[in-house]
Amino acid sequence: MSDRSAAAIQAEGLVRVFKKGPRAVDGIDLRVEPGEVYGFLGPNGAGKSTTVHMLTTLLPPTEGSARVAGFDIVSEGEQVRGAIGAALQEAALDPFLTGREHMRFQSALHALPRDERRRRGDELLERVGLMEAADRKVGGYSGGMKRRLDLALALVHEPRILFLDEPTTGLDPQSRTALWEEVQRLVTDRGVTVFLTTQYLEEADVLASRIGIIDNGQIVAEGTPKSLKAQIGRPSVEAIPSDADDLGRVSDVLERFGEPVPGTPQGATVRLSGEDATLAAVVRALDAEDLQVEHLELHQPSLSDVFLAKTGRSLEGAGGEVEEEPAEAVPA
Amino acid sequence: MSSVLALQVGTVARRSVLRTMRQPAMVVPALFFPLLLLSINSGALKSATRLPGFPTDNYLTFALGLAFLQGTMFAAMSAGTNVAQDIETGFFNRLSLTPLRRAALLVGQLSGVLVLGLIQASTFLLVGIVAGAGLQAGVLGVPVIVALSLLTTLGFGSLGAFVALRTGSGEAVQGLFPLMFAALFLSSMSLPRNVIEIDWFRTIATWNPVSYMIEGIRSVLIVGWDGEALALGFLASGGLALISLVLASSALRTRMTRT
Repeated sequence: MSDRSAAAIQAEGLVRVFKKGPRAVDGIDLRVEPGEVYGFLGPNGAGKSTTVHMLTTLLPPTEGSARVAGFDIVSEGEQVRGAIGAALQEAALDPFLTGREHMRFQSALHALPRDERRRRGDELLERVGLMEAADRKVGGYSGGMKRRLDLALALVHEPRILFLDEPTTGLDPQSRTALWEEVQRLVTDRGVTVFLTTQYLEEADVLASRIGIIDNGQIVAEGTPKSLKAQIGRPSVEAIPSDADDLGRVSDVLERFGEPVPGTPQGATVRLSGEDATLAAVVRALDAEDLQVEHLELHQPSLSDVFLAKTGRSLEGAGGEVEEEPAEAVPA
Repeated sequence: MSSVLALQVGTVARRSVLRTMRQPAMVVPALFFPLLLLSINSGALKSATRLPGFPTDNYLTFALGLAFLQGTMFAAMSAGTNVAQDIETGFFNRLSLTPLRRAALLVGQLSGVLVLGLIQASTFLLVGIVAGAGLQAGVLGVPVIVALSLLTTLGFGSLGAFVALRTGSGEAVQGLFPLMFAALFLSSMSLPRNVIEIDWFRTIATWNPVSYMIEGIRSVLIVGWDGEALALGFLASGGLALISLVLASSALRTRMTRT
């Protein structure tokens, strides 16, 4: 039975093992509060989509349990599906139907009354900026338009919880920003809970109020973007000397202000430590040594640093494992 | 049928019809190739009517039955390919996340194929009669031919849907086509079974249910009302439809793994 005061999404020890495959999801615990945007950040093959497939009832878990909108994902799948909307990794649309036909198709399957179908469809097409293209076949839509239509379709039955599986992958920056704005509007105006998977650090940083970093099927860090960055500590300073022969001396000066950390090979980078370690102090020290630098930059800790610190690799270079095809899955 | 189920079936069927009709590459060959083969066969093989025991002196009338069977096989490809594309593109997951019932999905998808089958049957009959084929049973034979043709379309369409649901692959569905054509060629499509002289061929054609599907339609065109031929035709097509539907339903249950 649904408990509306409970978490929007709660998972305990969620595991998914594929036949002849790895533990795609390996004991995930998470709790997402109503109205929250939870960013699930990780490389390809980390287990993000498998988790979404389990939480949206498309794939039964091998072990563990989860409740979505207060309903059990295994025994109350129908109720879960009634409470959620989902735009999965592929913008799964029919190229031979128009945008408006898609809206009518989806709203009819959700058994909306006839008048409501038309009204709701037009309202959502307007909302995602597709009214002008509503009567064009989807096969001619751009990637951004398809994603926006996908989002509109997920909202037809006014779900309380929205799952967005890598919603902006492959989109140009303009389309990406437009989609972010729409998601933010949904949260602000309608209080929708959003579970968002992404491999883009910026996306998680901009949209998510809380982030879980997943790697090899396990959550390796969780918190608000601010708290995760704070775990990394203080900012770092990177300096590239004007004369490459001065690299050693520049490194010596920088190391007075903190521990060296990996950075560009042409320069030196340190993580600042101590009360007196500021960018101004570094500039004064370099000046005192009569060292010229062509580039000097203060890096605030980013989610990229968090990912690197928690997994030992950068998000851009991680991944490469292909997630198993759910249809081939059998519980181990 | 409950109103929700009826709405779901209607919605899926409407999409299936729209989708099929908007793909000329799917509709045109399904109409054109059976008619092309009909015109070639009725010209090239008309001397076969002089064989002792041949049931008519008009080979066009004899060959027209084959066009219906070929058409149903194209319909099977259409049904299977549409389902496979839905699986490959993830559209199937979209459907799985709605309250859509499995029965509505299958019936809706097959309704679209039946509409294509109806267009085919009407076209073949009209073209055949205009070209000079006989219709011994008269006007009342038309609905019988259409009914038998649609039942066969349902059988082969469900078979296409089964392969698509089982494999999730459009290529696997395409692989059905040569098998179906082999079944067609090893039937009484070109000659009546009593005229086939090669023993092994006649034996296979006798065991091949496709022979009875063709002969059921052919009997209405050539003989008029032949109860046995019609009963065997409906039995063969109905049997295929029943078996294929059971297989497709089972594959759908496995494919639609939502909890």
